[in-house]
Amino acid sequence: MADIKTRNHVWLHVVLISFTVLAIYPVLWVLALSFSGQQSVGLIDLPKDPSFLERFRGILPVPAHWSVKNFTEVWTEQDFGRWMWNSLVVSLMTTALGVFLACTAAYAFSRFRFPGRNVGMLMFLISQMFPGTLMLIPLFIIIVKWMGLGNTYVGLVIVYATTAIPFCVWMLKGYFDTIPYDIEESAIIDGASRLTIFLRIILPLAKPAIAITALFSFMTAWNEFILASIFMESEANYTAPVGLRFFVGGFTSQWGYFAAGSVIVSLPVVALFLQLQKYLISGLTAGSVK
Amino acid sequence: MASIRFDKIGKSYGDTEVIKNLDFTVNDGEFMVFVGPSGCGKSTVLRMIAGLETITSGELWIGDRVVNDVHPKDRDIAMVFQSYALYPHMNVFDNIAFGLKIRKLPNAEIQQRVKGVADMLGLDKFLDRKPKALSGGQRQRVALGRAIVRNPSVFLFDEPLSNLDAELRVQMRAEISNLQRRLNTTTVYVTHDQVEAMTMGQRIAVLRACDSASSLDTNLMQCGSPMDLYDRPDNVFVARFIGTPHMNILPARLSDDGTEVELLGGRMPVSAQFKEGALAMRGRDVILGIRPEHIGAAHEIDWAQTQTLQGQVEMVELLGHEAILHFKVGEHVLTGRLHSHGSLPAVGDTVSMQLKCDAIHLFDKVTELRLR
Repeated sequence: MADIKTRNHVWLHVVLISFTVLAIYPVLWVLALSFSGQQSVGLIDLPKDPSFLERFRGILPVPAHWSVKNFTEVWTEQDFGRWMWNSLVVSLMTTALGVFLACTAAYAFSRFRFPGRNVGMLMFLISQMFPGTLMLIPLFIIIVKWMGLGNTYVGLVIVYATTAIPFCVWMLKGYFDTIPYDIEESAIIDGASRLTIFLRIILPLAKPAIAITALFSFMTAWNEFILASIFMESEANYTAPVGLRFFVGGFTSQWGYFAAGSVIVSLPVVALFLQLQKYLISGLTAGSVK
Repeated sequence: MASIRFDKIGKSYGDTEVIKNLDFTVNDGEFMVFVGPSGCGKSTVLRMIAGLETITSGELWIGDRVVNDVHPKDRDIAMVFQSYALYPHMNVFDNIAFGLKIRKLPNAEIQQRVKGVADMLGLDKFLDRKPKALSGGQRQRVALGRAIVRNPSVFLFDEPLSNLDAELRVQMRAEISNLQRRLNTTTVYVTHDQVEAMTMGQRIAVLRACDSASSLDTNLMQCGSPMDLYDRPDNVFVARFIGTPHMNILPARLSDDGTEVELLGGRMPVSAQFKEGALAMRGRDVILGIRPEHIGAAHEIDWAQTQTLQGQVEMVELLGHEAILHFKVGEHVLTGRLHSHGSLPAVGDTVSMQLKCDAIHLFDKVTELRLR
């Protein structure tokens, strides 16, 4: 009996560990590449007729020599700092605009009854059903041709915010719906205006949802490549993902810089995740009613 | 201080009329209870006083002004919700102080008033706690504190005790009553629990659902002191609703000269208070009401005039100080009262019970109104 249990456990672990390795192996490879100090995509040079051990060594995600050269050179030799800055500005502006509009819109959708409410929510949902690339051309025409906002922060921010908002509105509306209306009525009788209720009651209570929304908006902008590569024409205006692509373009293949850049790009998102983790708790409204 | 006057108040949602023709006054400093089964509109009426629901027709007066179009915050009212509706992200102090802060009172005064209320309600030790760290009773007190601290001219309570356990409910019932007596603030209290209504209210308004299909011309079935409602119910609805166990409601018929009632094959004289009404309705079918405490065993009572009812025992409910006897006479199940320490009949026994003749209530069979 105990044997069967143990055997099942072993199999379970074999399967789980295999999938875990599958998931983190590429990440480890990029990490190793970034610390390798070289530009090739392989980590070691295999001899002409490699032995099994040498082949095995070849697939281990460990660089032949450890070096931070790629990291320093990405900053000094390349324009990477500039691109990071662009990404940061665009992402923060997208987050601010996206969260502000999503919060106010979601509150209205959650609490008020007005003509077009259901249709509006449905349109938001439908807009999520199309792949982003489908909107590339219309967005290009609107932002670049009509509004003349090509190659600017603002143009990209508008595009990112509009693509992020529908999801954020649905997300926030769902959360606002769970905040009992009694609390607001109680505040109304206490003498609070709609704005006071929104700012001092609803927003503090919705912190977890707003944190997620902010994270989502930020990541939408931070990781996006296709739109940014179309809208940002001059190299000085590249965002980090576009810049990364620049390292392994048609004529160069600086995989070391690419890997180091990727690691740097992912750091803010990781930091943000850790920072916002404390908000990703449910049950903030527990104890308010009943 | 203020009275609340309902002047032909009505409320509709689209074509559906939920409140019809409410016309009565809650006096200054009075503790008025709205009671009725769920869906009777009592909460809607309360919310109309609060300003959380619009009024479709009629005028609502608080003190000497019509408040139909006055914003809730300017009505000088405070409301305690069934769910307490505390602000979960604020501690007890901030919860109580919120209304004062919104009204931009000086900080020193806020401190002083919140402290005063917290002392009064025994919350002084919990001022730093968030609502989720409080027990049900304590949360209820915070909700009370939030209402009291603003010193409003009207208190509104929307079933505030229904989330508490039985023991705490009895305790809070007494606390709220005492508080109201001390503050002497006009209070409207909504409940579906007629025991709460009887024990707390100086006056009770019994409401009934009033959809467009029903022939009722108002939701208000009766408004009066608890004993008024108990002793002289205006109609069958109130008679049945007030009092536990419920009043027995039976079909009866007035004799051709209107001096006697025929009930379940027996006859008994009409009591003095119904003399005129019975004369007008002579020879017609009526509805007879009799409270369980007016049906007893012959050896336990000394009533002057009684009518004997013979029936078969269906159930005996032992309450300790007394027992409620359910017995079947013909096709009707009646409830009567026995002393619990005597020898109690068993289910299936045939019993002979006495009905107190001068304690009967008579109602018109068609209108269900009390005969007068």
